[in-house]
Amino acid sequence: MTRPEINFPESLSCPVPIMHHETIQLAHGAGGKLSAELIEKIFLPRFANEQLNKLEDQAILDNPGKRLAFTTDTFVVDPIFFPGGDIGELAINGTVNDLAMSGAEPLYLSVGFILEEGLPIATLHRIAVSMERAAGKAGVAIVTGDTKVVNKGSCDKLFINTSGIGVLPDDVHISAGNLQVGDRIILSGTIADHGMAVLTSREGLSFRSRVSSDTAALNQLVRKMLDTTTDIHALRDPTRGGVATTLNEFARQSKVGIRIYGDRIPVRPEVQGACEVLGIDPLYVANEGKLIAVVPETHAADVLTAMHTDPLGEKAVIIGEVVGDHPGTVAIKTGLGVSRVLDMPVGEQLPRIC
Amino acid sequence: MCLGIPGKVVKIFDENGLKMGHVDYGGTMNKACLEYVPEIKVGQYTVVHAGFGISIIDEEEAQKTYEVWEEFVDAAAREGVDIYGNPLKKDESE
Amino acid sequence: MKYLDEFRDPKLAKKIVAAIRNTVTRPWVIMEICGGQTHSIIKNGIDQVLPKEIELVHGPGCPVCVTPLEIIDKAIEIASRPEVIFTSFGDMLRVPGSRKDLFMVKSEGGDVRTVYSPLEAVKIARENPDREVVFFAVGFETTAPGNALAIHQAAQEGLTNFSELVSHVLVPPAMEALLSAPDNRVQGYLAAGHVCTVMGWEEYEPIAKKYKVPIVPTGFEPVDILEGILLVVKQLEEGRYEVENQYLRSVKREGNRPAQKLIKEIFEVTNRKWRGIGEIPSSGLKIRDKYADYDAEHKFDVGDIQTNEAEICISGIILQGLKKPKECPAFGKECSPSHPLGATMVSSEGACAAYFKYQRLQ
Repeated sequence: MTRPEINFPESLSCPVPIMHHETIQLAHGAGGKLSAELIEKIFLPRFANEQLNKLEDQAILDNPGKRLAFTTDTFVVDPIFFPGGDIGELAINGTVNDLAMSGAEPLYLSVGFILEEGLPIATLHRIAVSMERAAGKAGVAIVTGDTKVVNKGSCDKLFINTSGIGVLPDDVHISAGNLQVGDRIILSGTIADHGMAVLTSREGLSFRSRVSSDTAALNQLVRKMLDTTTDIHALRDPTRGGVATTLNEFARQSKVGIRIYGDRIPVRPEVQGACEVLGIDPLYVANEGKLIAVVPETHAADVLTAMHTDPLGEKAVIIGEVVGDHPGTVAIKTGLGVSRVLDMPVGEQLPRIC
Repeated sequence: MCLGIPGKVVKIFDENGLKMGHVDYGGTMNKACLEYVPEIKVGQYTVVHAGFGISIIDEEEAQKTYEVWEEFVDAAAREGVDIYGNPLKKDESE
Repeated sequence: MKYLDEFRDPKLAKKIVAAIRNTVTRPWVIMEICGGQTHSIIKNGIDQVLPKEIELVHGPGCPVCVTPLEIIDKAIEIASRPEVIFTSFGDMLRVPGSRKDLFMVKSEGGDVRTVYSPLEAVKIARENPDREVVFFAVGFETTAPGNALAIHQAAQEGLTNFSELVSHVLVPPAMEALLSAPDNRVQGYLAAGHVCTVMGWEEYEPIAKKYKVPIVPTGFEPVDILEGILLVVKQLEEGRYEVENQYLRSVKREGNRPAQKLIKEIFEVTNRKWRGIGEIPSSGLKIRDKYADYDAEHKFDVGDIQTNEAEICISGIILQGLKKPKECPAFGKECSPSHPLGATMVSSEGACAAYFKYQRLQ
């Protein structure tokens, strides 16, 4: 299959285009001249490709004649810029990853912006630049889009929705319901980086943090894994709710038990430090560039080796296995050698003092 | 109650008339009020609770506690049983 | 991290478990006061490696759990006012009052903000002179110095738009109340390491003597807790009852004098109601009249809100160590962290929530 044409930015410095206004006006979403200016000066130069350039109300795509993967996700992160990324990069990588977790090759994205009146154009431009880079890195094209502007106070700066289409190889059947007793659980790297980067950059917590988000597109890592074997039972990126939530979803959907070893789970020291201070368990914190793979024992070593060749999988480790005991439940073995239940989190992780 | 985490004071400064510091926790830095540990110096560790240093860690005592157990000859192991009273397997008798 | 990792070393912890096994000859009931210790015990599975002779019961040392319902209702009433920015530690936001919690106030348009330090609340007051900033000052002796300093700082700066809704409680009176109860089972205490860091351990000596119980100020990591248990068991086996400090790296006999001084300056001892236990004489702190301008209860005239607990909830009995969460008929059924009936299920360090979250495998 042919990959869509991607325009990489010529230079890394992208000056903000000169526009009639310095901030977003309601008219930027009203379909008139200002809307056209926004598209022509901010979006088209960044996202340009054959389909988008036509400026039709829809993108016309060739049917590759295979199974398609289709997903959508909406991004509302606060703050919109955080160490290691921003909402735009997150919106591209998040949807690319949702496609990649089926084994599909992500090809096309749509982007919908909801902008708050008064948002500086420079901010929007900066986000568009970072979306362009993220899409380029992941090898996907933004082929259609939409912009709405809402009254000041009706949304927080900007929200982004992205939907994506990918193409599935014939022999790949990945599902959270596929876990088999004896399978190995592989984690692609350190956990909790994204969630703690966002939390520690919030106002009111007075952090001077070196924690950086792990936001990244995982499709190339997944391709390397599938090149080793197509017999991967389950894949998921542990975003909201963290690793604990993903493992519980696996156990429940496959009606199997999962056992993991607490001391094998990699956490960066600065992330661990932030978690300790705020009283938060890293197993429940969001990741945006990590995956959990469940593979048959016979392929585990090969998949792990393949993952180690990719920068996003360098620190991949086997953290546990699928067991016949306690179906639907995840058990974690503590340093003292005893097991306890690792449950789903309840609600948002709040900084605590107790 | 009372989550308190040890961190290393890396900078001391005045803010609104209060003794404040930057405290490092394994690479993450947070601001803490050091009014209650007035004699603390840069490089020392303090237990921080809800943004306040409440003690200066006594490095000697910490080391002592640790060493006592580090050097503790496992009585059970000498008797050839593990901590649960079961016979030790070879690879466990470290 | 230094001073954490060493005290989480499983090899070290196992050695102490072995020492406990070699020491214990009879059944003993030991209470860890502090919810932070409960959390660590269940999370690390410490209760599962102890010899069967030792029964750990979980104490009332969770400020979120023991904050009475009417204070939560007062907080909700104050936070609902349009002129107020209500600030709180994250812990308190999910605690249900009689009709709603602070999260719901926020969703209804209230300005409720999470802060990590009470000084952040003072900063918000400084930056918003046209708003009333209220800080929800809950906690034990550990949190009191910070909450006292926030009031002191506001007074220094002449901020008139800052106040605290205070529900401070003190540990030693609660320990005594539990020991003097007719059905008391507790034979030894792990005292709360960070409370003792602030207050020292002199005030525990008369309690140890009067009730003939070993009291061991203990830290929070597995090695600390196991060593604390070992020290209590040794005393019990030898028939001693003393205050013996395990948490040497942080706790000094006299505690933190500057902190004690400012607590005394701002607060005075008062009777306090403990959720699930009832009123305990001289078991809390309130703002002195001198600083009444900084007392949110005084400023907002929230008056006498009276409320009742859910009937089925046995959190009071659990807080006294008389029953385990699993003995409650509602545990895991009507009552879970998503639908808590009582505070011990709400707080992440409440005994019920700890049991729910870190269940043993069946």
